Amino acid sequence: MERPFAITLDVGTSRANKTGSWRVERPVYIDRLPPCNDACPAGQNIQEWLYRAEDGSYESAWRQLVEDNPMPAVLGRICYHPCETACNRAHVDEAVGIHGLERFLGDLAIEQGWEFDTPAPATSKHVLVVGSGPAGLSCAYHLRRLGHTVTIREAAEHAGGMMRYGIPAYRLPRAVLQAEIDRIVALGITLETSSPVEDVAAILDAREFDAVFLAVGADVGRDATIPAGDSARVLDAVRMLHGMEGEEPPFLGRHVVVYGGGNTAFDAARTAKRLGATDAVVVYRRTRDRMPAHESELEDALEEGVQMQWLSTISRIDEGRLMIERMELDETGFPRPTGEFEELGADTVVLALGQQPDLSLLRGVASVVIENGAVQVGTDMMTGFPGVFAGGDLVNVGAGGRSDDEPTATVALGQGKRAARAIHAWLGGASAARTDRHELAGVDRLNTWYYADAPHTVQPRLDLARRQSTFAEVVGGLEVDAALFEARRCMSCGNCFECDNCFGVCPDNAVRKLGTGLRYEFDYDYCKGCGICVQECPCGAIEMVPEES
Amino acid sequence: MTDTTDRSDTAELESKLAEATSAPVKFYQVGSFAVGNRLVDPSRRTVQSDLERTNSLDSGHRACQGCGEALGARYALDAAMRATDGKLIAVNATGCLEVFSTPYPETSWRVPWLHSLFGNAPSVATGVAAALRVKGRSDVRVVSQAGDGGTVDIGFGSLSGMFERNDDVLFICYDNEAYMNTGVQRSGATPPAARTATTEAVGQRPGAPFGQGKNLPLLAMAHEIPYVATATVADLHDLEAKVERAMTFRGARYLHLFVPCPLGWGAASSDTIRLARLAKESGLFPVFEAEHGVVTAASKIRRQVPVEDYLRPQGRYRHLFDRENPDGPPALPEVVAQLQAIADRNIARFGLLEDVPAEVR
Repeated sequence: MERPFAITLDVGTSRANKTGSWRVERPVYIDRLPPCNDACPAGQNIQEWLYRAEDGSYESAWRQLVEDNPMPAVLGRICYHPCETACNRAHVDEAVGIHGLERFLGDLAIEQGWEFDTPAPATSKHVLVVGSGPAGLSCAYHLRRLGHTVTIREAAEHAGGMMRYGIPAYRLPRAVLQAEIDRIVALGITLETSSPVEDVAAILDAREFDAVFLAVGADVGRDATIPAGDSARVLDAVRMLHGMEGEEPPFLGRHVVVYGGGNTAFDAARTAKRLGATDAVVVYRRTRDRMPAHESELEDALEEGVQMQWLSTISRIDEGRLMIERMELDETGFPRPTGEFEELGADTVVLALGQQPDLSLLRGVASVVIENGAVQVGTDMMTGFPGVFAGGDLVNVGAGGRSDDEPTATVALGQGKRAARAIHAWLGGASAARTDRHELAGVDRLNTWYYADAPHTVQPRLDLARRQSTFAEVVGGLEVDAALFEARRCMSCGNCFECDNCFGVCPDNAVRKLGTGLRYEFDYDYCKGCGICVQECPCGAIEMVPEES
Repeated sequence: MTDTTDRSDTAELESKLAEATSAPVKFYQVGSFAVGNRLVDPSRRTVQSDLERTNSLDSGHRACQGCGEALGARYALDAAMRATDGKLIAVNATGCLEVFSTPYPETSWRVPWLHSLFGNAPSVATGVAAALRVKGRSDVRVVSQAGDGGTVDIGFGSLSGMFERNDDVLFICYDNEAYMNTGVQRSGATPPAARTATTEAVGQRPGAPFGQGKNLPLLAMAHEIPYVATATVADLHDLEAKVERAMTFRGARYLHLFVPCPLGWGAASSDTIRLARLAKESGLFPVFEAEHGVVTAASKIRRQVPVEDYLRPQGRYRHLFDRENPDGPPALPEVVAQLQAIADRNIARFGLLEDVPAEVR
């Protein structure tokens, strides 16, 4: 080749120099488990549906959501959202308002009439679900989607369980509940209401069903032996809230005292206010920090004028008044009496001292183990009787309940799903391969510099006057633009969201961008292993691993 | 409810949805801080997020792991290539950037590129600009680039001449605060207290002396050239905007780019961008713009940090801290306080905090 004067070599590119040989550690792309997903009792892939919602693909987001939870409009209202407690964004500004978005998607689906995907081809199996609360509906939904024939038997007049007969309408409007129940039933599920199952043994003997899922809940209020005068009005909170669904609301009077410190106590007190009580007082034997109710329930109740009587027990109830005794906590935090008494005016006393299941339906099924008032199940939700599964409050409440599972609708819904998968496997279907859980994407894995400050969007709330006098829903939904804002606050912890940082920050151009949805790959021919991409990845989706020699 | 209202409700919702999704995107998720964002219109993304970026400095160069200068050079020249529609000639002074990119016959440059001597890059660029003028090629633009040694010391005379004549060249200084290529010797841009091979961490006042060195951005401003800017490799959006802005002027322009050096600073190779960010957030490196000798804008500090946060990860400042207890209180607190005073002065001088008005301009 003819070369210019004084030039002896052809020009070449530095690409001939494979600098990847310098490396002792290599970066690799990974997925870590986002804390919201980790915390969700219903096992939702929250991050994935937020990701889809971020560009306004709401139907796609909803379809991802209902893979795990068929009732987003309901759960978006009543769930205590442990996902938000776990959310890493709380370390930056405030947690992402996941429940508001879940509700937004749920409401939008009802408005737009979105329907579930068609179930899998029919199997020849028939499963009986006893109870139509969150556990029962969820189990029925997942079984039906897998192609099984499902019959739900419900003792009450309407389906919904505690979602209808326990949670007041100002928290969960009945039209929303009904719409989501209807959509589940429309998958081809047989729903028989006013059909109590009183004898499981007889059903098993008849061999009509291939498997049974028991989810009758815990709708018997716990009693307390309090001396009471003949004309004292004492109600139990479960029955009182149940009564709200009947023709005539229960009569409570002007001065109402609720006894207990759980979520139901506050539901009862707030309902009493709405029914016209001039004062509603919650009497609880311990202190605020030891109360089992969620803090938000207490705050809402206090806002509405519910009063608190901490460290008190009711020692006697008479007509129009009751006697309470002051308590103090001992070193172990247990309340003990002080011998000081005071009087409190009360037309009605509502007992909210906890609930337990009515287990009489299990008479004669000896192999189902019951301990301390709760049905015992394995991790697959199966009882001691092969083919009989159980979930929801039935297995969660009481001293014998599953200690790590709170008796909430979301936990019940998650158990329904788990049971459906286990039933499917037990009926001979392929059991879903359990993949190992990814390492948790803690906030220390993130580089939060890259997230702009964007405070949480507040959902509108009903004005106080209307909250105290009507059963209209207290918390409003998000508007479309607010929902988009909120979805985009998600930091996508532990999972690549294609921000191009790694592609940009590599001093050696050793990251290949593969295009939308395809993420990136490393060019190990040139990657020197400096680790800048790991350090600057906002969401912690890259890690360094030692180079194999 | 009748069918008609049903339909109009649906239509209204759909239009609202469409509106919400087509409205100008606010980058709540990653702000304007990350390189790209799938939700942003491609025309508003950075040059570096573009699959078609020039990659002016290509793979295979021999810069150390995590080299800030290699990164900064690609950022700056890729942005200049986009701003000039690919019509760009680069002139390079001697230094790391030249040595690691062009061990003859290999080159990493994917732009027309010339190298002559250590001290004459501004003059060579002046010559290239003059030749283009003679040929009537006003469309082709010239960039001259050097490290801090080639800029503030060895090339300073010719650079000052280029400024004085207002030659149509953008001069970029990649400032890593010492002569790294020859083994980390002090330059006129080495900060006080930093250990280099010629300012060892020994004696009464270890490291580089206080009260010496040159502030090239201010010296460039004193020439009253059309445009002077500082930037770091930690803020890509800012850096690209400044290169683009510089290309809208004719005449002499100066960009001072802060590029951490893992080798010379004794820092982890993965900390390059982090250190640049801490330099800016502590106030030690003010990021600003000036036109015709007057400061026109300064990048505000977003999450202020004490200078200690910036100093601790760097081996060149290790003598300021306790070797036995590196996370404990400083071994030389008075020196750290002096460095903090420099940062505080920058903050006041350039108005780097939201609420603090600029005292001196």
